Amino acid sequence: MSALDASAGRAPAPTVSGQPAVADATAPKIDIRHLNFFYGQERALTDINLQLPARRISAFIGPSGCGKSTLLRVLNRMYALYPGHRATGQVLIDGRDILEPSVDVTRLRYRVGMVFQKPTPFPMSVFDNVAFGLRLARRMPQAALEQRVETALRDAALWDEVKDKLDEDGRGLSGGQQQRLCIARTLTVEPEVLLFDEPTAALDPISTLRIEETLQSLRDKYCIVIVTHNLQQAGRISDVTAFMYLGELVEVGPTEQIFTTPRDRRTDDYVTGRFG
Amino acid sequence: MTRLEYRKLKSAVALGLSGAATLVGLFFLGAILITLLKHGLAGMSPALFTQMTPPPGSTGGLLNAIYGSLVMIGIGIAIGAPIGILAGTYLAEYGRGTRLATVIRFVNDVLLSAPSIIVGLFVYELFVVHMGHFSALAGAVALAVIAIPVTVRTTEDMLNLVPQGMKDASTALGVHHWRTVTSVIYPAARSGILTGLLLAVARISGETAPLLFTALNNQFWSTNLNAPMANLPVVIFQFALSPYQDWQQLAWSGALLITLAILALSILARFAVSTLQTGRR
Repeated sequence: MSALDASAGRAPAPTVSGQPAVADATAPKIDIRHLNFFYGQERALTDINLQLPARRISAFIGPSGCGKSTLLRVLNRMYALYPGHRATGQVLIDGRDILEPSVDVTRLRYRVGMVFQKPTPFPMSVFDNVAFGLRLARRMPQAALEQRVETALRDAALWDEVKDKLDEDGRGLSGGQQQRLCIARTLTVEPEVLLFDEPTAALDPISTLRIEETLQSLRDKYCIVIVTHNLQQAGRISDVTAFMYLGELVEVGPTEQIFTTPRDRRTDDYVTGRFG
Repeated sequence: MTRLEYRKLKSAVALGLSGAATLVGLFFLGAILITLLKHGLAGMSPALFTQMTPPPGSTGGLLNAIYGSLVMIGIGIAIGAPIGILAGTYLAEYGRGTRLATVIRFVNDVLLSAPSIIVGLFVYELFVVHMGHFSALAGAVALAVIAIPVTVRTTEDMLNLVPQGMKDASTALGVHHWRTVTSVIYPAARSGILTGLLLAVARISGETAPLLFTALNNQFWSTNLNAPMANLPVVIFQFALSPYQDWQQLAWSGALLITLAILALSILARFAVSTLQTGRR
């Protein structure tokens, strides 16, 4: 599936340290095959087949209840926290099926970071918030840790605002800052995939803009997947857009094509605001 | 009468009734405090804190009883708090929805409202009978048994108040659940758990019945945990029922001491919690 023709002309992304160099930024990182998902008896996703590029932004759009958040939560197996939730099919990340029971979900979630709709700063200082995942994963000298925290905060476009209050409680930041703090916290562990579940739905327009800028600056380094209700947002920031409806993947393609010349009637109706 | 007037009247009546109920409650609370202050303050003197409980007719204080109470409450909480917090953690974080957790929660609620004299009898059978004598240690165990259900309950309630989103965010970072519990959930619920412990301390500070069966009392200074030990509630019980004026005075002073200590502890804990809230690097 070559969903990325539109962005093929862009400069190749720089390699990120600690990650295997993938020659082509648009080569598929995640390959979803015949995925079905069930909440108990109720089927929430039906036969999803989808490939997501290695270092680009993909957006899932669709009306409420269409299964886009469900699909996102399959990618780091967050659904496994809840009894009765069950997925069948295959989700390959770098060719390895993450739905296999033998997969260590803790390690999987370390590689596949997630940012939620509501900012969730932990009850600790700004520094400790950002250092949290890394500290628990491995021992490292304080200087190296501080370096990683600073890099993550810079990448999340938050460093200048918090560099003088690293010792203050993370819950004291503004809503938009808290959300960028959560992004920084996810970046510190240097994941390969970043999942965003409506990251700006609880934020004001200015904060939303800052988050979108942050995402743009990260697009060449990570496989980013974002769920959004905001069509303009998907249009502004994503390279690939997938439209979902009633638990099915209706159409996927380069964002520009989905928004201007969709092949499916339902996609056309949705992106032009006729329903949803 | 118009409909609006009628509803205004109903509102006024409801407001009046609930206000009156509040006043009745406050009146008795105030009356108790005033009586306590009036009788207790008269006996406040350095001797109260420096001398042992006297025989009738001679001067003395409550030093041995104060010491005994502090020791037994301290050991009781030291035993009860870890068990209570861990059990509460199990109920809130690990056993949710399981049959075992439902049973434990039910039994805990029964224990919570069990008469404390039964706890005293239980520890009496378990310890005192086998050891052959009353002891401070048995008293501390009895207090721990009373403190545990309170701690379990408050810990579970407080952990459930931590937003699910915060737990999910930690899990999504690739953190094992037990690390999420110790590093995110406990800090988030810290003030609540501390308040629960404080409630437990307050609850066991005034318990008399379980100590009557376990630590009993001691007229003299004793630091031996394996022997009977004086303590404020039993001394108050014994002295208040006595016909001697000076003993009754000591009982009033002891009651005031317990009340003031719990008040001070509450204020201190609130203060400590609010300063602890700010994180450190």
